[in-house]
Amino acid sequence: MTGNKLKQTPSQTVGPYFSYGLTPEQGDYDLKSIASPNMTKEDTPGEHITLHGNIYDGNGEIIADAMIEIWQANAEGQYLDRGTAPTDDIFTGFGRCDAQIDNKFHFKTIKPGPIADGHAPHINMIVFMRGMLSHAFTRVYFDDEMNLNEQDAVFCSVPEDRRHTLIAKKDEDGHYQFDLHMQGDNETVFFDV
Amino acid sequence: MSDKIDKRDWDVHAPYIYPGYKSTAFRGPKKPLIPIKHSLSELTIPAFGHEQMQKHDNDLTKNGKVDGDPLGERIQVSGRVLDEYARPQPGILVEIWQANAAGRYIHIVDQHDAPIDPNFFGGGRCVTDEDGRYTFMSIKPGAYPWGNHHNAWRPNHIHFSLFGMSFASRLVTQMFFPGDPLLPLDPIYNASPDPEARKSLISKFSQEYSIPDFALGYEFDIILRGPTATPMEG
Repeated sequence: MTGNKLKQTPSQTVGPYFSYGLTPEQGDYDLKSIASPNMTKEDTPGEHITLHGNIYDGNGEIIADAMIEIWQANAEGQYLDRGTAPTDDIFTGFGRCDAQIDNKFHFKTIKPGPIADGHAPHINMIVFMRGMLSHAFTRVYFDDEMNLNEQDAVFCSVPEDRRHTLIAKKDEDGHYQFDLHMQGDNETVFFDV
Repeated sequence: MSDKIDKRDWDVHAPYIYPGYKSTAFRGPKKPLIPIKHSLSELTIPAFGHEQMQKHDNDLTKNGKVDGDPLGERIQVSGRVLDEYARPQPGILVEIWQANAAGRYIHIVDQHDAPIDPNFFGGGRCVTDEDGRYTFMSIKPGAYPWGNHHNAWRPNHIHFSLFGMSFASRLVTQMFFPGDPLLPLDPIYNASPDPEARKSLISKFSQEYSIPDFALGYEFDIILRGPTATPMEG
């Protein structure tokens, strides 16, 4: 059956100039954004959190011209699927941030619930940037959920000495910090999703 | 929701480190990717766009108009979004952005010495119809120089961003134009390892989508990862 399969369209880099097309409101361009880094409203159910981080290249320099997307379940562990229209009034679980604006990415969201038994709460993340021809997938786990993390099959499939790269750390102000290291000793774990 | 989705085909997608494209050297991950067993996390995604589309969102000749029409060659770009089994992907959000006819982006960081067109914005989006078809009106984007190597110029291209039926089918790519002499010289285009797949990034001139006395047509189909088809044979 594989003989008749069409080939996937190759990925190409997002380049440096995506902002006015993909994150226009954040960049102050005159177009409504489809998705934003501020994913919650005051009455969104669940624990409101912020997730932020820097992106570092192989020389330890901060990468600014990158776009980060996140996709997550709501506080009940449920994903919004294609059957429900993603209107402004509901928590879609999808966020998008242009890191160029503040030299880092930051999201206002809620802490996701576990999607099923044996899964730890996590946020799915895609990294796009100039200088990357194919996007990279990773996951964000939480440092205050280590018991559940250690039962999570995906988390446990990662070599033990690299698992720390997937953990967001809560700082004293209650913000979760999650830095991405594209290369080096602490290279973030990226998945073949 | 998809039940199962085929793997990302690394024979067609560019590697993270590609020497011809200099910036990849310090930006692409170097350690092997870790395989993941798909769960709802990878197999779901909302249907974006239906509620959010605004008038002229798919007409770049109109959505940036201030006091006249944008300059350049008007084009209509249309194509179908399909999965690997040629099944149409309806209700897919397609976002595009591009340079103007002179090769200049409206982006604040672009300092290329070419004029900004006060009547051209360069960004738009639409949602695919029941046949998986999208259509944009625009202006043919110009080539522009970039810093990768001496006298480096990007071929004319339009950036495309697509959501599929699942998180795993997300795709960002670029559409090129037939006959562009810069294509053989462009490391971004050439980074895709499969020559046939690479050629699929070049749109085809289309009389069907040309509009008499108004615009030239180009057709560009996009193949996303879709749900795995059940094998018919035993």
